[in-house]
Amino acid sequence: MLPLITEINQHFWCGGADGRLHILRCATCRTWIHPYAARCPKCRSTEVAPEPVSGRGTVAGFTVNHQPWLKDVPVPYVVAVVELEEQADIRLTTNMPRTPIEAVRVGLPVKVYFEPHGQIFLPLFEAA
Amino acid sequence: MSRYAEKSTAISGVGQSEIYRKPQVLPFELAVRACERAIADAGLKPEDIDGASCWPATPSGSVAGMGAASIPDIVNSLGLKLNWWSGADNAAQLSPIMEAVAAIAAGYATHVLCWRALGERWVPSYGSAAAAAGGNPRMQPSGWMEFLLPYNAPSAAIWCAIHASTHMSRHGITREQMSAIPINQRRNAALNPKAIYRDPITLDDYMSARMVATPFSLLDCDVPCDGTTAVIVSRLDAARDLKSKPVVLEAVGAGAYDRMDSWFARSDYPHMAMHDAARMMWSRTDLKPKDVDSAHLYDGFTWLTMNWLEALGLCGEGESGAFIEGGTRIALDGELPLNTNGGQLSEGRMHGFGHLHEAVLQLRGEAGARQVRRQPKVSVVGNGGGSLGGAVLLRQDM
Repeated sequence: MLPLITEINQHFWCGGADGRLHILRCATCRTWIHPYAARCPKCRSTEVAPEPVSGRGTVAGFTVNHQPWLKDVPVPYVVAVVELEEQADIRLTTNMPRTPIEAVRVGLPVKVYFEPHGQIFLPLFEAA
Repeated sequence: MSRYAEKSTAISGVGQSEIYRKPQVLPFELAVRACERAIADAGLKPEDIDGASCWPATPSGSVAGMGAASIPDIVNSLGLKLNWWSGADNAAQLSPIMEAVAAIAAGYATHVLCWRALGERWVPSYGSAAAAAGGNPRMQPSGWMEFLLPYNAPSAAIWCAIHASTHMSRHGITREQMSAIPINQRRNAALNPKAIYRDPITLDDYMSARMVATPFSLLDCDVPCDGTTAVIVSRLDAARDLKSKPVVLEAVGAGAYDRMDSWFARSDYPHMAMHDAARMMWSRTDLKPKDVDSAHLYDGFTWLTMNWLEALGLCGEGESGAFIEGGTRIALDGELPLNTNGGQLSEGRMHGFGHLHEAVLQLRGEAGARQVRRQPKVSVVGNGGGSLGGAVLLRQDM
């Protein structure tokens, strides 16, 4: 189920068209911000705009989901939360279909890749 | 009046409907019964009720699902005359209690009827396409679902499991330790005639139960049901003239001190809003965690209860596994009786208000076969997980 693209999330869901992940950043204090905020929550600056990140991070937490919540989605599958190397509290929910389930662990280094769906480039992660 | 208005209020009555796992009675009818019982328990008449509050915001005409009874429909069914009412999506299931305190302090109302009405078996709320879309008619996720549904993560089981994996890995907490929560609660549920599941479970049952989302098996997840719990929050001096012993609201908390809505954006992940709720609650009382005689902590998933123990300072950070291990400490006759009605894991998902109801019964000494032998003088209730967190500290009247 793909997200509704709006003025405030387009950079995140569609930004992968250039092969890079884009996250909001404060131009004043350089804090990364995710999800969207209209001001920098650290310094209240209005200068907030998307910038590309390295796409590297680590698995902060994960689950192997066995419950068939959604028809047409085969189980089991991993849902992970990845902390970006740029800033630990930028945490992205993701799937890791290219990484064997038994290889996923808290602390695993990972890197982003994208799965295109029309204008959306869904960020996914795999073992780095 | 004290600086903190809740100390001048009390729970003057509680009422609960039957709790059904299989749909048997229209959930709205169960809600009406629970409200009638709470009013009668307080020794009041419907015409004495002058305020009402429920959670979540429930549209009129709702008779089942996550909110099975709106304020207008309860007013019309009971013939209430209200000075004030509020149904809102705010700081978790205990919000109606905090709203009622504020309304009483403002002089809007004297006796506020509060309820949490569930009809999740009549109309399944979780796992359905509508629920998965977060109610978005375009079937495209927005709000906090925006970053979850694209990754096939429609359930709080998944979101909580991810937090649990981080916390358990960091502190070396095991599933064997976690098993003490559902095993202890099932033992308590055997003494609760209303509980949906009352047969004892063993460590073997726990370890062999079907996995839902690691580290949670079926026995780590609460049980959706049809049923309503209602309570009446009254001005303390008015409550003292009524039929039942008032239970005083010593302190309330529903802080939101970090990023909201996104489940994973808090700077102190895997902490949750419950940590803010606990901090605010303790800031409003001279009582301390060591003063708590029984704990009634949200158990949508076992790990949430463990996180609540830590958030409230009932054990140290990262120490909940060791604290509950073997279940002795948290048993009915232990140093901190926990979820004495069987909780949502065994009694059914009365969504926080079941815990509140039980805490009041224990403080009044009316919990029947499961009454804690040394009747609690102070009890804590913690509700919610993720971005939702609310806590109340209850005590016997002086």
